[in-house]
Amino acid sequence: MLKFLAHRLIHALISLLVITVIVFSLSHLSGNPIDAMLPDDATPQQIEDLTRHLGLDRPILVQYLTFLQNAAVGDFGDSLKWKGQTAAQVVLERMPATLQLGGLALLISVVVAIPLGVLAAVYKNTIFDATATVIALLGQSLPAFWLGIVLMWIFAVTLGWLPTSGHGGLSHMILPAISMAWFQISALTRLTRSAMLEVLDAEYIKLARVKGVREQQVIWKHAFRNAAIVPITYFGVLAGSLLTGSVVIETVFNWPGTGWLAITAIQGRDFPVVQTVVLFFAVLFLLANFVVDVLYALIDPRIRNA
Amino acid sequence: MFNRIPFLRRFPVIPVAILLVVLIIPAFFATWIAPHDPYTSNLRARLVPPVGFGGSWDYPLGTDRLGRCMLSRILHGAKYALGISMIGIVLGAVVGTVLGLISGYLRGWVDVFIMRLVDITFALPSILLALALAAISGPSFSLVVIVVVFVIWGFFARQVRAETLSMRERDFVAKARVAGASDTRIVLKYILPNIANTIIVLATLQIGVVIILEASLSFLGIGIPRPAPAWGLLVADGRQLIVSNWWISLFPGLAILLTVLSVNLLGDRLRDWLDPKLRQV
Repeated sequence: MLKFLAHRLIHALISLLVITVIVFSLSHLSGNPIDAMLPDDATPQQIEDLTRHLGLDRPILVQYLTFLQNAAVGDFGDSLKWKGQTAAQVVLERMPATLQLGGLALLISVVVAIPLGVLAAVYKNTIFDATATVIALLGQSLPAFWLGIVLMWIFAVTLGWLPTSGHGGLSHMILPAISMAWFQISALTRLTRSAMLEVLDAEYIKLARVKGVREQQVIWKHAFRNAAIVPITYFGVLAGSLLTGSVVIETVFNWPGTGWLAITAIQGRDFPVVQTVVLFFAVLFLLANFVVDVLYALIDPRIRNA
Repeated sequence: MFNRIPFLRRFPVIPVAILLVVLIIPAFFATWIAPHDPYTSNLRARLVPPVGFGGSWDYPLGTDRLGRCMLSRILHGAKYALGISMIGIVLGAVVGTVLGLISGYLRGWVDVFIMRLVDITFALPSILLALALAAISGPSFSLVVIVVVFVIWGFFARQVRAETLSMRERDFVAKARVAGASDTRIVLKYILPNIANTIIVLATLQIGVVIILEASLSFLGIGIPRPAPAWGLLVADGRQLIVSNWWISLFPGLAILLTVLSVNLLGDRLRDWLDPKLRQV
């Protein structure tokens, strides 16, 4: 098991390294940062000083290694838009808001999707199954940003039950979290359903039933535990798409998290902040996938004992 | 009745009809069927509600803030949805298929390298790549195509590689090799035709994903540049006005929903028909 995990960890680190190369090259394609940092009437002397200060006159490989060195300790330079703060500070400040929203969305998806998927499989071809099918189909076809706007229109504008947008308590989080969760619900329901169907067909389930085990126990203890491995593998992907989803949904609802920050930073040409967001998201995503690998190894004896 | 005509039974009529009405016919003929020019504003008819909600048949789906006909804008927007998805998917499929074939056929370190590349592209959040690119060049048609290719090539590469791995062990490939066929010939003549169905099904299943991706990027202002009436941009226009003028966001979004829904229904059918083993993908 340790060998398996070490292998996965090395893979994750290589991915991270390549991502830093991509981010670094993109920041070099983004034009001369000097122009953005100095006023238009800067003297050649000022430009030269700043270029040397930022190390932009050195060979590209040296610049990359410096970038890597700084990134390793969380130093991504100063934000250009939010004066007086480093990029890492700006991003970290917004992180809790994103994690709150993403966490709630994740919670909603699991609480809705797992029972629905199980019910759809157990009561195949009934109302549960039909509901699951419709949700799965709609989830894949609804653009999240539009769903957010429609929910806002119905529940905030027309009915007046919830606030339209902005940051605040739980009431502010409900609509964005549902919009973010919608797609995940559909994917997770479908996965759970098909995994359960497969397991329910297995011999040991029939045996349990023949032995006279109660139906509830057959479903949740015998079948679900074995089927759960499929949804768990999906959690890595889920974490990633929740992060990506946050960019869209935070923009729709003016939720001041990292996703919203990325869009605002782009508009303000604040490249250090954009860079930091991209790297943060990549790290979070790789971390989530690594946790999935660990869980996977813990659950599946074939890997655990390998 | 459908049972007597196998083609109709296999080929669902409703999704095809929706697609024709919402996407394909408008994409080619918007200029002739749209009641107004999508860019011409009529300042005396700003924010007119749709017919049945206080509007008239002059503007069946109402008008936007500048008095532009929403129906005409949505009809003209279809060509962006169709164009981007076609160009992006064809390019993504070609890149993914070529690399998947190389990966599965050559194996060894080339295979490891290409598959690692797939993992990495899956690890980089696509919208952030788009943001970074948009910061450099501003929103553009080619930016959307690059992001689409980036997002989908990996699916093709993985699937094609897996099938190539199993194909290359088949008897007919071994026989072709014994007969002296070159590697290129084996791949193009013996392996590729056998996995073509998979590629077609995968491409169809990606159309919906790509249309939503394009719409999302445009919505965020980093996709199709204004003033093109791309559906995502139309929804974004309405976002600020949702409190008072709901129709501006509602109808373009509905067009996206109907299109993607029918493409997905169609893709499912196509998969069951051409390549049932892809069910898990």
